[in-house]
Amino acid sequence: MSTPVKDPKTQVKRPDESLFKRLTRHQMFIPLAALTLLVLFNLIADPSFFAVSLKENSLGNPVLSGNLISVLDNASELVILAIGMTLVTASSGGQDISVGATMAIAGSVILRMVCGGQITADTLHMPLILAVLIGVLATMLCGAFNGALVAYFKIQPMVATLIMYTAGRSIAAWINNNELPIMNDLTFKYAGTFLPGIPVPTPIFITIFVIVVFWLVLKFTNLGLYTQSVGINPNSSRLNGINPQAIKLLTYVILGVCVAVAGFIRVSRSGSINYSRIAENIEMDAILAVALGGNALSGGKFNIYGSIVGAYVIQFLTTTLYKYEVPSTALPAYKAVVVILLVVLSAPVVREKLSQVKKAPAKTAKEVS
Amino acid sequence: MPKGIAVDKKGQLRSRPSMSDTNLLLTITVVVFFILYLSAILALGGGFTKPQNFLNILNNNASLIVLSCGMSIVMITGGIDISVGAVTCLVCMTCAVNLERQGGNMLTALLIGLGIGLAFGAVQGFLVAHLGIQPFIVSLAGMFFAKGMTTIVSKEPVRVTNEGFLAVKDTRITVPGLGSNNKLGEYIPAYVEVGVVIALLVVVLLFCLLRWTRLGRSFYAVGGNNQSANMLGINVRRTKFLAHVLCGLLAGLGGILYFLHVGSGDVANGAGDEMNAIASSIIGGTLLTGGVGNVAGTFFGVLSLNTIKRIVSALGFDEAWWSNITVAAMLCLFLVVQSIVLLRKNQSKQ
Repeated sequence: MSTPVKDPKTQVKRPDESLFKRLTRHQMFIPLAALTLLVLFNLIADPSFFAVSLKENSLGNPVLSGNLISVLDNASELVILAIGMTLVTASSGGQDISVGATMAIAGSVILRMVCGGQITADTLHMPLILAVLIGVLATMLCGAFNGALVAYFKIQPMVATLIMYTAGRSIAAWINNNELPIMNDLTFKYAGTFLPGIPVPTPIFITIFVIVVFWLVLKFTNLGLYTQSVGINPNSSRLNGINPQAIKLLTYVILGVCVAVAGFIRVSRSGSINYSRIAENIEMDAILAVALGGNALSGGKFNIYGSIVGAYVIQFLTTTLYKYEVPSTALPAYKAVVVILLVVLSAPVVREKLSQVKKAPAKTAKEVS
Repeated sequence: MPKGIAVDKKGQLRSRPSMSDTNLLLTITVVVFFILYLSAILALGGGFTKPQNFLNILNNNASLIVLSCGMSIVMITGGIDISVGAVTCLVCMTCAVNLERQGGNMLTALLIGLGIGLAFGAVQGFLVAHLGIQPFIVSLAGMFFAKGMTTIVSKEPVRVTNEGFLAVKDTRITVPGLGSNNKLGEYIPAYVEVGVVIALLVVVLLFCLLRWTRLGRSFYAVGGNNQSANMLGINVRRTKFLAHVLCGLLAGLGGILYFLHVGSGDVANGAGDEMNAIASSIIGGTLLTGGVGNVAGTFFGVLSLNTIKRIVSALGFDEAWWSNITVAAMLCLFLVVQSIVLLRKNQSKQ
């Protein structure tokens, strides 16, 4: 708090000065603090939470198991989605609420390809890579559709993606004629479970790979810079030679790729799909991860590492609650309380009050959306 | 709100009749609804010619009408509330448990329902307006909380057998002058349920509130431009808070109407209603950017949405997925048309 804001009015008038600096300085603070709190809670309540043991899975391979591994494993889809969601949020100032539905589409397309249109298949009908690429293509199209509505028709992102949210699962069911294909080939399940001989779940490797790819892309290309500038001010970025529409479209297409990878991991875990339940509510968790990561949901500056930590925090919380035998149906209520606590603590108004007890009178309204 | 001055999305001041966007979008919605229904009558005939068929849309969607109106008000102030569907579900379940297991009566159930809605609205409103947290995140948490609480109240469906409740539930108000002959040639008067009367009353009240009261006008002013509303001396925080409280209260009332229609508490009640409400509001011409919208449009939005669902199933596409795909296609169409109309309009003014 090197530059405490004395009069909140100046804060509203010049948000680019002190508030932004303060927020960026503290960006990683919220997710890391939340993670530390959760870790401490588990450490005090029951240190065996962190026990990791080597067990044999159903195939007789020695695999690592334990709550910690399950957090890292189950958070994979969420982390991958959160990365794409961060870019979309930064460029368009809105969120894609259709990711769960498009994950269903990706899963449905991939399963249809590998099963060759049959209901149950014991061997792959198509090279796995090709099937995944077709899945990626399908979700890139969905992403392009969302992105075009947002970028060229200037529809608010949440509303534009409401279309795919409503139709996505139905399209997924339609692709497979409302049948539930089951893939029994073991190689199909490698991506969602374990590779033979390697005790660490494969989704963890895929997640690390995706994170590294994005790290390289953001380091060596202008994507991050352009995305931020479009999010902060599309008009002035246009005057500087950036095409805001193309950047927005691009971020949605990138999110489409992330969705396909996440969808592939999800169907690969079980080798089957349930259109109405696959990745249910995952869009909410992904948006939450972005918000927890300290990214402004109204766009602009972003930090994908914040979102990644945010995603792990959410999965950590879920696993912790499961451990204390909270029924899965009641889980959302507990999650909501934690979320509200976190956002209240991270709200600028509350932080200000905490940092300076002296309350300034007659504050101007804070712009929220 | 000064007449003749409006502020567009880019924050530029320009003179034009302040409500023209609202009226334009309202007109589009009403015209589309009538075209839809008339073409259904002409092309499909059959059930669509019967007045009862039309009234059944109202009977089935009384709660959605109320929910959508609340959603519209929050959207007009520039916010969003995606918790309404889950609150509907929670209210249904709590009322059912109260009537069935705790020996409550209609009055206690009503008070509980409205109280839950009010509590959700007040908490969410406080967080949004006074702590400056994004409405989407707040209502997302509200939705999670309501969903979780519903299963904590009861996991199993609760069917209500309370006599007083069933009497109200089965009350059918015949509409004079409307009716049709059944296959035996007997004349059957058309009817609406009690919920429809309440829902229509709510629409009329809210229409008056938005058009002629100081509070209603400040909703538009706050949604149009937060800061200029503040400079006009409108208490922006209070206005946003009240919008959320109103939306929460209407969600509670919507829950009661849903409960009156289905007569049981179930965790699947009101599933997806937040999206239906948002879709109805948008089809009805409310913009998520705030400042533009009308509950009359929302009412027609609900009607259009459900008319097209019926048309699709009457055409023989009655697999579950077609209904969703059509709703999405219609939403897409409306959004694109709205977007083009508004973009053109802004361009021609420049």
